[in-house]
Amino acid sequence: MIKQAGDWLRGTQVWKSIFRHGPPTTARNRTMVMLSNVFLHLHPVRARASGIRLSFTWCMGGLTFFLFLVEAVTGILLMFYYRPVAASAYMDIMALREDVPLGIMREIHRWGAHAMVITVWLHMFRVFMTGSYKPPREFNWGIGVVLLVLTLLLSFTGYLLPWDQLAVWAITVGTNMARAHPVVGYEGPGANLLQVNGIALVHSGDDIRYALLGGRFVGEATLLRFYVLHCIAVPVMAMVLMAVHFWRVRKDGGISGPL
Amino acid sequence: MYLFDQAINFVTSPSVFFFVSIALFLASIEFAHVWTKPKVAGGIAVALVAFVAYASTKHQVAETLSKPDNLPIVIIVALLGFLYWLSMRQAVVNDDRVAAGEPVKEAAEKNRKVLVWPDLVYTELIAMVLCVVVLVAWSLLIRAPLEEPANIGRTPNPAKAPWYFLGLQEILVYFDPWWAGVGLPGTIMMGLIAIPYVDRNPKGNGYYTLRERKAAITVFCFGFFILWLLLAFIGTFLRGPGWNFFGLFEDWDHNFVAELNNVNLSQIIWVDLLGQREPKFWLAREMWGFLAVGFYMGVLPVLIAMTVGKKLFRELGALRFGVVVNLALLMAALPLKMVLRWGLNLKYLVYLPEIQTNI
Ligand code: HEM
Repeated sequence: MIKQAGDWLRGTQVWKSIFRHGPPTTARNRTMVMLSNVFLHLHPVRARASGIRLSFTWCMGGLTFFLFLVEAVTGILLMFYYRPVAASAYMDIMALREDVPLGIMREIHRWGAHAMVITVWLHMFRVFMTGSYKPPREFNWGIGVVLLVLTLLLSFTGYLLPWDQLAVWAITVGTNMARAHPVVGYEGPGANLLQVNGIALVHSGDDIRYALLGGRFVGEATLLRFYVLHCIAVPVMAMVLMAVHFWRVRKDGGISGPL
Repeated sequence: MYLFDQAINFVTSPSVFFFVSIALFLASIEFAHVWTKPKVAGGIAVALVAFVAYASTKHQVAETLSKPDNLPIVIIVALLGFLYWLSMRQAVVNDDRVAAGEPVKEAAEKNRKVLVWPDLVYTELIAMVLCVVVLVAWSLLIRAPLEEPANIGRTPNPAKAPWYFLGLQEILVYFDPWWAGVGLPGTIMMGLIAIPYVDRNPKGNGYYTLRERKAAITVFCFGFFILWLLLAFIGTFLRGPGWNFFGLFEDWDHNFVAELNNVNLSQIIWVDLLGQREPKFWLAREMWGFLAVGFYMGVLPVLIAMTVGKKLFRELGALRFGVVVNLALLMAALPLKMVLRWGLNLKYLVYLPEIQTNI
């Protein structure tokens, strides 16, 4: 019965227009699946047995990417309700919490973010322990390090958005260090030497921290800046680098294995 | 139990905890073939779970854990514990195979090519489904935190950075902000990127092994476990109000004021040792610090190249060797500075308010 329905479905013009191959039961069709689907096509058709063994990769890179997608979807949903202005940001989060029965989008987004930080570190650890950074994968390891930093930045910029005490003070502590940036932070090495006729060139009103926060303190302008960084700038950078990262995994010969 | 609690508080006091952790870590490398045996590792895991269960009955630990943003550090330590075991176990098994003249497990699988559909695609599908299940369960059980509305006028005590940056906040205790907040993170990033270019050991590419790259694994894991995660753990569980240190089971005392009697190297040498006043001119005042730092970063690498590092120097050449040794020394500078702080109350080696630079 079910088999008949399946056969009928696979015979329809609609089905055939989507999947241009028979059921993936033969080696030929299994190859066709991988080749004719743009998403699956990220993968090779065949791989070394060692490279796809779960105890070898722990699937950590894949999970990191998957969590990134989860964050994108839930993040877009949150953007429908959240306005990045100091007057309403906290209220909007409050409303998500109080007014939506069984609403867990914010929870999924937040715990997903923590999970992504965890998986990206574990992925790096796996790549190190299998020596997969060695030639010819040196460059992809470097791309990975930048991706790691971007992941942390994504998490960090998002931390401010609920606009509660936790958020504001965590970001205050985190960005205070920018004051001490050499030369361009006003408390940093050398900054006090940059003077013209006794007037400081680098001060708390124009240094790198000011540029980051849009003010001397974490405030209205900071919220907007972090929002734009969080929702657009950093994700776009991460997406571009992930494309490079995945491309290079393939071009460097797939998942590493003994030479 | 009282004695046990006191012992735990003693072990988690700053210097003891740090050294015990380093000792345990080095032992875990040296005795990998012992503790990775499934039975031994299982026993350790059970003991650790029991300890966590006991610890979470303690007031302060429960309080810290009740902040949902503190959970990830526990999760990553648990997962990493498991994965460290998994990788070391495979490494030990592979090393034994090599010793017996067989190829490593991955090499045996190398020539067997499998179709990615279904073998890999289904694994990924299951991983994704499990990931969603875990996330949904986590989200249903624990609500995302929301504290009072932002108020720049009211500073919480302690004010903590997010858990993944707590290591840096901890380093801030020992180093000037320009180094803890800017110099060191930059160095870590550049150091990580440099790894494939300075690790010229061709062995251990694409399979688990410990014996063939013991030094590399030791250094990397030391940095990751001790200098990053352990410090973040300390920042989460052992740093209370005023960023004061409390033992794991101690309650945080909001009125506790630690004595601040840290002094700079210039004072230790000029005043305390030589019984003089500190010279006015900065170069003279800070000369000991300059000498120390210059020796550490400039002379020591040369000495190492001529003695214990002779072989490495020959293998790597001057440039790579210089990068490796300087990165390693910078890494070692952190524990060294901690020791100097605990032992001598040393604040800065070089204290130059004239150009806002302290080391
Ligand atoms: C957003 C972050 C990242 C994503 C989404 C990602 C994703 C992936 C994926 C899907 C793979 C395929 C193999 C696997 O799953 O293990 C991979 C491989 C690899 N990744 Fe990443 N990665 C990220 C960050 C990093 C980081 C932080 C590093 C290292 C510092 C890194 C270095 C590498 C290397 C060298 C490979 C090739 C491994 C091999 O051939 O065995 N990646 N990455």
